[in-house]
Amino acid sequence: MTCLAGGRPQGGVLRGPDLLGYVGIEAVLDQMRRKTMKAGFEFNIMVVGQSGLGKSTLVNTLFKSKVSRKSCSPNYEEKISKTVQLQSVSHVIEEKGVRMKLTVIDTPGFGDQINNDRCWEPVLKHVNEQYEKYLKEELRVNRQRKIPDTRVHCCIYFLPASGHWLRPIDVEFMKRLGKIVSIVPVIAKADTLTLEERTEFKQRIRQDLVANGIQVYPQKENDEDAEERLLNNTIRESIPFAVVGTDREHQVNGHRVLGRKTKWGIVEVENVAHCEFANLRDLLIRSHLEDLKQVTHDVHYETYRVQRLTAGAVHQGGPNGSDLESHL
Amino acid sequence: MYFLIVDSLRKTDVFSTETPGYVGFANLPNQVHRKSVKKGFEFTLMVVGESGLGKSTLINSLFLTDLYPERIIPGAAEKIERTVQIEASTVEIEERGVKLRLTVVDTPGYGDAINSQDCFSTIISYIDDQFERYLHDESGLNRRHIVDNRVHCCFYFISPLGHGLKPLDVQFMKAIHNKVNVVPVIAKADTLTLRERERLKRRILDEIDEHGIKIYHLPDAESDEDEDFKEQTRILKASIPFAVVGSNQQIEAKGKKVRGRLYPWGVVEVENPEHNDFLKLRTMLITHMQDLQEVTQDLHYENFRSERLKRGGRLSSHGYVLPLSPAYVPLCLPAFLP
Repeated sequence: MTCLAGGRPQGGVLRGPDLLGYVGIEAVLDQMRRKTMKAGFEFNIMVVGQSGLGKSTLVNTLFKSKVSRKSCSPNYEEKISKTVQLQSVSHVIEEKGVRMKLTVIDTPGFGDQINNDRCWEPVLKHVNEQYEKYLKEELRVNRQRKIPDTRVHCCIYFLPASGHWLRPIDVEFMKRLGKIVSIVPVIAKADTLTLEERTEFKQRIRQDLVANGIQVYPQKENDEDAEERLLNNTIRESIPFAVVGTDREHQVNGHRVLGRKTKWGIVEVENVAHCEFANLRDLLIRSHLEDLKQVTHDVHYETYRVQRLTAGAVHQGGPNGSDLESHL
Repeated sequence: MYFLIVDSLRKTDVFSTETPGYVGFANLPNQVHRKSVKKGFEFTLMVVGESGLGKSTLINSLFLTDLYPERIIPGAAEKIERTVQIEASTVEIEERGVKLRLTVVDTPGYGDAINSQDCFSTIISYIDDQFERYLHDESGLNRRHIVDNRVHCCFYFISPLGHGLKPLDVQFMKAIHNKVNVVPVIAKADTLTLRERERLKRRILDEIDEHGIKIYHLPDAESDEDEDFKEQTRILKASIPFAVVGSNQQIEAKGKKVRGRLYPWGVVEVENPEHNDFLKLRTMLITHMQDLQEVTQDLHYENFRSERLKRGGRLSSHGYVLPLSPAYVPLCLPAFLP
């Protein structure tokens, strides 16, 4: 019996010649669409920042539903916790037949203590634990058809609108987490900044990010082609987005809009002249949601996997948390 | 600057209204769609059957191309000693921006030898090799550009001249039905009248049942699909096994040019659904390409993988060595102490 060496397909690659008619390959795409619609989507988003920066309000505004409980709501009883606790809440939301299981991971207590040294560690640990869970399932002999995905696809990091520079805690956090998860920094409660202050602040932040070697989403090396690079460059020039969040509606010019009403005017959240909430929403949800998931799977998870599998061969005692950090 | 992002999205939004309460993740299927179009598709189709059943002609007809431009058909004397070969040709087809990289694996020599006892072990090794290679790639450290050469579908050609399945047909299909999606095809269907065809189809289906052969089953249409799709699925399911005629010759018939075979008594039109099931076969292949890939990945490949891992030991065929520890079982990960 003969078989070609290595069983590798031979024969040249014949470039699609003039087809003698219409084959109908597009029907494959229809099938794919049907399947993905049926399967639904999962998205895991983490929000990090000090209390009072409007994290829960922003998430609720982004997804137009009460997915997060605000700490300013009347019956909220928790005090500032002594350590950073991560809380994960899942909801299934549906829009025009598309179902999404949204998981919001909150980090109360982050940056709230007097001594915030190493307050990023519980967050690091959580992110790595999800990668570990996924990796374990992937390595099993009998594995599930669809591995449940609890990996953090996006981390929104809230910067207080100080107007100055990045604070040391911001730098430390983003430096470490930027390597393992896609960070989207936002300027919170941006209605305290005028437009000029906002532009200057953003520029300083961008300089700070470059100076400290911090990688935020969308990362330059993940651009696949010129078209994507163009779009992502535009995004990179406007991060961090200055956002305002609210769940209250007001009447403006005969329309009901989401906004914050003050004596000097109404801050319209979805008005791009007032704040960049709409840009953030468009980026996260309407255009780059799938890309965020893909980058998490193809880049961050693979990096973790390679580190884990090569480290495993060396450390027979098993790497513990601090060993992993030394790889970062 | 802001509007550039927003505008480029508006063009691709399926639902362009800014209705209150509209978040926008209904656009997700479009995002997935865009990424798949960019990535393109890979599909490997294997064709198995005796020589002269029209396999190559059919493949050329299916994809409207000529995969075998310089073919030399060997004479009988050469065939006696011939063993089964595996020949794979790849062609890239692009249509309306969607790229399909199609690999057709041909198996000349199958069933040709006088004693065909062993002719399918080569084929089975080939299928297993592709699984093995994929398993190796998937377990490796650099998984960026894994090429999927696993066989997603196997067209098995049945001769129309018998009264059903031959013993070789039964044996072969039973040997591969757990490794690949088998689609039985009745070749050269223009030798049969309509009644003979129906009888043969029924006979074949009965024999498949009798021997416990697992052929590929089209998934039922979902209840929320449109009526046309449901009807099409019903018709496809009812026509298995497909009785086909292949041809790339253009014949003049009834004033227009059709692909067909010219006989003194008439023209058999390849693309005429009343003449043969060619169009149905093509529709099935194209619309269910994704499902064929999924079943290969989720069922056949996973079976192969579990069996392989249970057997354990270093994966060492063709000299591949994993960069990981040899005992390839879940306990190989050192304890992760958070």
